[in-house]
Amino acid sequence: MRRKVGVKEIEDMALGATVLGAGGGGDPYVGKLMAIEAIRKYGDVELISVDEVPDDEIVVVSQMMGAPTIMVEKICSGLEPMATYDEMVKELGREPYAIYAVEAGGVNSTIPFILGATRQIPVVDCDLMGRAFPELQMTTLGINGVKGMPAVLADEKGNTVTVRAIDDRWLERIARQATSVMGGYTILASYMCTGKQLKEYAIRDTPTLCEKIGRTLREAREQHEDPIDAVLGVTNGYRLFKGKVVDVERNTDGMFVRGRAVVDGLEADKGSQLIINFQNENIIALKDGEAVCTSPDLIMSLDMESGTPVTTEGLKYGARIVVVGMPCDPQWRTENGLAVVGPRTFGYDLDYVPVEELAAQLVAADTTDDEA
Amino acid sequence: MTSEKRTWRLGIDVGGTNTDAVVIDGDLQLVAATKSPTTEDVMSGIEAAMHEVIRQIGPDAAKNIGFAMLGTTHCTNAIVERKRLNKVAAVRVGAPATTAVSCMADWPDELKQAMRVQDFLVHGGHEFDGREISELSVEELREVARIIADEGYESVAITSVFSPVSDAHEQRAAAIMRDALGDDFPISISSEIGSLGFLERENASILNAALHDVAITTADSFEAALAAEGLTDVAVYLGQNDGTLMSVEYAKRYPIFTIACGPTNSIRGASFLTKVKDAVVVDIGGTTTDVGVLSHGFPRESMVAVEIGDVRTNFRMPDLVSVGLGGGSIVRQHEDGSVTVGPDSVGYRVTKDALCFGGDVLTATDIVVAKGLVEGVGDPALVEGVDPALADAAYTEITRIIEDAVDAMKTSAGDVTVILVGGGSILSPSHLEGAGEVLRPENFGVANAIGSAIAQVSGQITKVFSLAETPRDQAIAESKERACAEAIAAGANPETVEVIEVEDIPMAYLGDALCIRVKAVGDLML
Repeated sequence: MRRKVGVKEIEDMALGATVLGAGGGGDPYVGKLMAIEAIRKYGDVELISVDEVPDDEIVVVSQMMGAPTIMVEKICSGLEPMATYDEMVKELGREPYAIYAVEAGGVNSTIPFILGATRQIPVVDCDLMGRAFPELQMTTLGINGVKGMPAVLADEKGNTVTVRAIDDRWLERIARQATSVMGGYTILASYMCTGKQLKEYAIRDTPTLCEKIGRTLREAREQHEDPIDAVLGVTNGYRLFKGKVVDVERNTDGMFVRGRAVVDGLEADKGSQLIINFQNENIIALKDGEAVCTSPDLIMSLDMESGTPVTTEGLKYGARIVVVGMPCDPQWRTENGLAVVGPRTFGYDLDYVPVEELAAQLVAADTTDDEA
Repeated sequence: MTSEKRTWRLGIDVGGTNTDAVVIDGDLQLVAATKSPTTEDVMSGIEAAMHEVIRQIGPDAAKNIGFAMLGTTHCTNAIVERKRLNKVAAVRVGAPATTAVSCMADWPDELKQAMRVQDFLVHGGHEFDGREISELSVEELREVARIIADEGYESVAITSVFSPVSDAHEQRAAAIMRDALGDDFPISISSEIGSLGFLERENASILNAALHDVAITTADSFEAALAAEGLTDVAVYLGQNDGTLMSVEYAKRYPIFTIACGPTNSIRGASFLTKVKDAVVVDIGGTTTDVGVLSHGFPRESMVAVEIGDVRTNFRMPDLVSVGLGGGSIVRQHEDGSVTVGPDSVGYRVTKDALCFGGDVLTATDIVVAKGLVEGVGDPALVEGVDPALADAAYTEITRIIEDAVDAMKTSAGDVTVILVGGGSILSPSHLEGAGEVLRPENFGVANAIGSAIAQVSGQITKVFSLAETPRDQAIAESKERACAEAIAAGANPETVEVIEVEDIPMAYLGDALCIRVKAVGDLML
């Protein structure tokens, strides 16, 4: 179903993208402003469904990589996405049918709309993560053997770098180094694939889901309804814990921010404690020592009153939050998927159990408590 | 000055509901205090409060006054009312970067129009590690200066990419502007105002540039008001939002730092009155309660973007929570039996409209009077009809609001000392959940004006260093030196200047970059 995405849709999408950021993904604020400016100048962007891309046509990703905190200070020239696109066309020898987003969570949710508006190229309603993840190879194309090659990087000065690496891990390494030299972040064209591959492997309708989450949050606030119920309704999520942040630890090694937040229970959760471990994104949530949600399922903190998503950066003592868990795309729950984004990848010696099952156990445990 | 030093201080603080004034003698003892309603034009309220304290001490004692300190809302009001703002040239140094988002892109349309800002883009700016994005274009800057002169712009704001890491291009750009426009032309340099976050820093610099004339008129009319009371030849200072003072000259350069100086005056006043240096300060006024944190004797600063008149900025602001609870907060019982307090309030009319003062509105003040918790406020007989169950429910709600606000400001789970100040602090119980000691100093009602009167002078520096180029020790030493120099420039006595806070913040994603923040404070040059 084709439809137009304008300023209002981008506003909602950016808010929803923070929820799908699972605590990380970079603040979508600057990305949102860049997309809005391009739309004001060149017009609305056409959003098309995965099924509208013919099997033999090709599509490419438009994204940023590097430090979102640098983009907040050194804003794009706005020409980078077009530079990467033009180099990509040269490299491939043909024009892509459309472009799409690599991750629906965080700042990358809005980046394709800069190129989409400026060149009036359709954006496909899908992504390759269904959330935010910290590394470039953590995509549903990657786990299915589709390589991210070639990739073109551009900076605001006009430099471009085309990377033809042997696999996604090499792409990640080379692109990270180039990005550092080029000024801390770059805009990329990457993950070329066919319409057929997209239909098989992409995660569908995630930009629309972002927009829906943002719109639902906004409307719930305007109508004084419970914003958290509203978010859970559109994401099939679960309330995991309600409490107050009593401690936050953070360490950074330049690329990742690792740490944990300790949340003391309130109301029904009084007497219990939840610990959220994060590495840019929230990775694992433990209630009284037992896992209640783990990567690749999404863990997100929402402000208890307003439902505003609270990123790991925003977590601080005294914040009153509801921690929610949302199921990830089924592709991440396969053996190949868990090998790349399961709890063990992040250093936790735990088997992955889907959030639906863990949430059902939570409810069962609460009922037993009540009976006892 | 002659043999007898004029060491008394007049302190004034403009709040949302009341304008308070105090006079403090050379031994820092309170000799006069008053409260008078804040007026729409602000200045006549200041004059009334000033007139009253001078009347209290008499004309002879008034001759002892050598210093006058004003904490005011002039700048906040100018932004909110979109009035008296200067015509600003906003110069962005960063091309080819930054063009994807135009200047003031996220401002409310109506404020943007009222601001009369013209933006200019020139080549220059730095990378996160201090390399140049492109060479600074002197030619482009000269052309901008020519347009500024030709088209009558009144003030310039210069914002360069990554200037908190390297301010070299901003300083050179400012020198080129001064060269072309004269040494007195008002120039706001972003690295002196905000921190990392380009758009927020640019916004703060533009607001600062637009407030230049407001700062001048505020200072001039304050001096004129003092003269009208016979107070000529007194040193005049304006309160800034870190709880310290700045000279008039300094205030003209950094008017934006006066925004939110009121709550910080209360925090400093609370510290002075109790001699406590670390605590949570709860300032309950007529309509709102501001809760801030006293850390090493000064207000703790906020680390996140703060909106001023719907504009995102990132200049230093006190870390505060404001909740809608004050002496005039309206108490209501709803159909489902629940009881709410505020957020709406009768404000300064509490002494007319509240039940205990013979009015017909049930306010938070009536609740504590009805429960017999305060003496000497209104007439208890007038609130005898208040249902005790309703009074209990309202009092529980008042306590909950205060406790939640205190808790939100704590950084760790232990009990903290709480200091209650402000006219409305009679509402608070003497025991609060999560608080150890609860202190209610004498003269709590005018703690803000006292904070204004006893304030010191500070200098602060926030800068990002690359540890590869500057070792940590050297970076800290450099920052300390610059902070002390800033304090002296702002009017501190060099002999008393000391560094009171050194903070280093590792920057996520920025590799070996380290952000250092140093604050130095000194006594007024007496």
